Amino acid sequence: MKLYPILGGIHPEYRKDLTSEKAIVAMPLPAALYIPLRQHIGAPAEAMVKAGDRVKKGQLIARSQGEISAPQHAATSGIIQSVAEIPAPHPSGLPQLTIIIEPDGKDEWADLPEPIADPFSVDAHTIHDRVAQAGIVGMGGAAFPSAVKLNLGTQKKLDTLLLNGAECEPYLTCDDRVMREHADEVIDGARIMAHALGVKRIIVGIEQNKPQAIEIMTRAAAPFGIEIAAVPVQYPMGSERHLVQALTGLETPARKLTADLGIVVHNVATARAVHHAVRFGRPLLTRVVTVSGKAVREPNNVEVAIGTQISDLIEFCGGFSARPESVVNGGPMMGQPIPHLGAPVVKGTSGILALTAEEINNRPTEPCIRCGSCITVCPCGLSPVDMSAVIRKDSLEVAAKLGVMDCFSCGSCSYVCPSHIPLVHYFNYAKGMLNVIATENRKNDRIKSLAEARVIRLDKAAEAKKAALAAKKPAVAATGDASAATTTPAEGKTEA
Amino acid sequence: MWVAVGILTTMGLVLGGLLGVAARFLAVKEDPLEEELKALLPGSQCGQCGYVGCSQYAAALAKGEAPITLCPPGGKDVIEALAKKLGVTVDLSEHEEAVPQHAFIIEDLCIGCTRCIRECSTDSILGANKLMHTIIMETCHGCAKCVSVCPTEAIMMVRTPVTLNNWHWPKPEAQNNPAVPQPAHAH
Repeated sequence: MKLYPILGGIHPEYRKDLTSEKAIVAMPLPAALYIPLRQHIGAPAEAMVKAGDRVKKGQLIARSQGEISAPQHAATSGIIQSVAEIPAPHPSGLPQLTIIIEPDGKDEWADLPEPIADPFSVDAHTIHDRVAQAGIVGMGGAAFPSAVKLNLGTQKKLDTLLLNGAECEPYLTCDDRVMREHADEVIDGARIMAHALGVKRIIVGIEQNKPQAIEIMTRAAAPFGIEIAAVPVQYPMGSERHLVQALTGLETPARKLTADLGIVVHNVATARAVHHAVRFGRPLLTRVVTVSGKAVREPNNVEVAIGTQISDLIEFCGGFSARPESVVNGGPMMGQPIPHLGAPVVKGTSGILALTAEEINNRPTEPCIRCGSCITVCPCGLSPVDMSAVIRKDSLEVAAKLGVMDCFSCGSCSYVCPSHIPLVHYFNYAKGMLNVIATENRKNDRIKSLAEARVIRLDKAAEAKKAALAAKKPAVAATGDASAATTTPAEGKTEA
Repeated sequence: MWVAVGILTTMGLVLGGLLGVAARFLAVKEDPLEEELKALLPGSQCGQCGYVGCSQYAAALAKGEAPITLCPPGGKDVIEALAKKLGVTVDLSEHEEAVPQHAFIIEDLCIGCTRCIRECSTDSILGANKLMHTIIMETCHGCAKCVSVCPTEAIMMVRTPVTLNNWHWPKPEAQNNPAVPQPAHAH
């Protein structure tokens, strides 16, 4: 298959050998499961259970709210302890509403929806509904509700389903292991998704540093005419825009989707989850997580129930062998530090890395020497040095003009910077601030229109009163005044 | 030569006369600057600047009667925009950015007098006579006008909480950056 070059990128030390030869092991259920109501991009789910309720494995415990949302299911049978606020697996460590389940040890299944025996004979709608019901979200890390993406076929002209098995982040091997051990399930899930999207062509993009996965997937894909593309090892190849560019030569325009080019990208683990949902009616209850880093005693690939606390997962992997400098959710490049180990594993958790100070290699920032390395490696064609300079002065509008919103925080610039300037931190800050400002502007516009509407309403009310008074004048003026005084208090809100 | 002088003089007189007439009959009654300044202000008519509303403050600004630092809801951004428009410099080093706030009604203390409802310039208080009132947080802009009219001190201003929805990464600290001179009190 013809490959096209992508812009920039880096070649970090991959350190995947820590876990790449470790087969996936299932972790026994912990003492409690913490299932957050929001594990995805979009509106949080709405809890349907309360403390004391008995739930079964796979039972719906929180229903999705709104177009872009996903439901949550109990990962085992047990009793609901409470629905409480606990720290989210998020760098802020802020709390979010979470359903806490105490497993009863029976692991008893609830009544699941009927398996779809022949998914290729049913219409796209049935598959879309099943995927939505199963609470499947993008498992590569972004956690965008998958059903919404499966619906893109109705809005855009699509021709290709691209399965993302690039896994370009160092350390992470969960997708590699899923492809090696469950290739048939991944391929079947991909075929079902392609059917739902109404596309004929399926490509699986895998980086060349996973030769076994490429071989096994090629064998599994052969009977169905699915193409397996071995893409060069170059971070950030796993970014969907860049993978699309590497395979088709087409660049996704800024603020557009790959679907505008006719290509929908899904992660390989998502395809496996779709297979389970459609063929067996099982909702998304577990996922494979890479637990790695030099501060973990036994790095491993673990199939873990969603809602398991990170501390329990690390305990399962032998605990810490050294004091971790940082515990990261995701890969070392784009992952986010987690301040609370009590936070749970969620649907988008691809890796838990306990990194030592030596691995993080934090060094003091020095002045920029204008080497331009950051510009060379930026895969989005931006100029990190210029953007960080204006962000340091808080000129966020200028930064926006320079394209900071098109940065997807891959961290390549921070990685190569010889002066250790936290470039990507500046961009994360700027993107956050620009979003806050945009929200604030929307609110201010609304407030302005409300204030204007109120002035108009008050003027009208005053005029009406004057007219009424004028009409009553020939009668007794005093009664008119009295009635006006009694009607005033009600004026404030009744029509609003 | 006299012809040229004559033509130019006549032209000068005629055009000058036209301008004089135009100035009298086609005069713009409102200061256009006032409109532009008004557009920069939040427009919620909260009155915290001491003027009745945003247009009155804009008028005072246009005449140069009011300082540009009076608008609390607008914050630093509005001050900067006003300074740019008016071509004045402003020292923001002492400016303390107001933390986002919204009003909160202590329900036990509310007697349902509707005074706050009449005061609210954005219709963000819901309630009726002798019934408990409540604040619509999404449209409350924190002007605190309702706080002072409440006869039972049932309204207070609270900080808008930081949640997972509005949290974002802070600016990287300059403290471990030797390129940036450190203030004396840095720790």
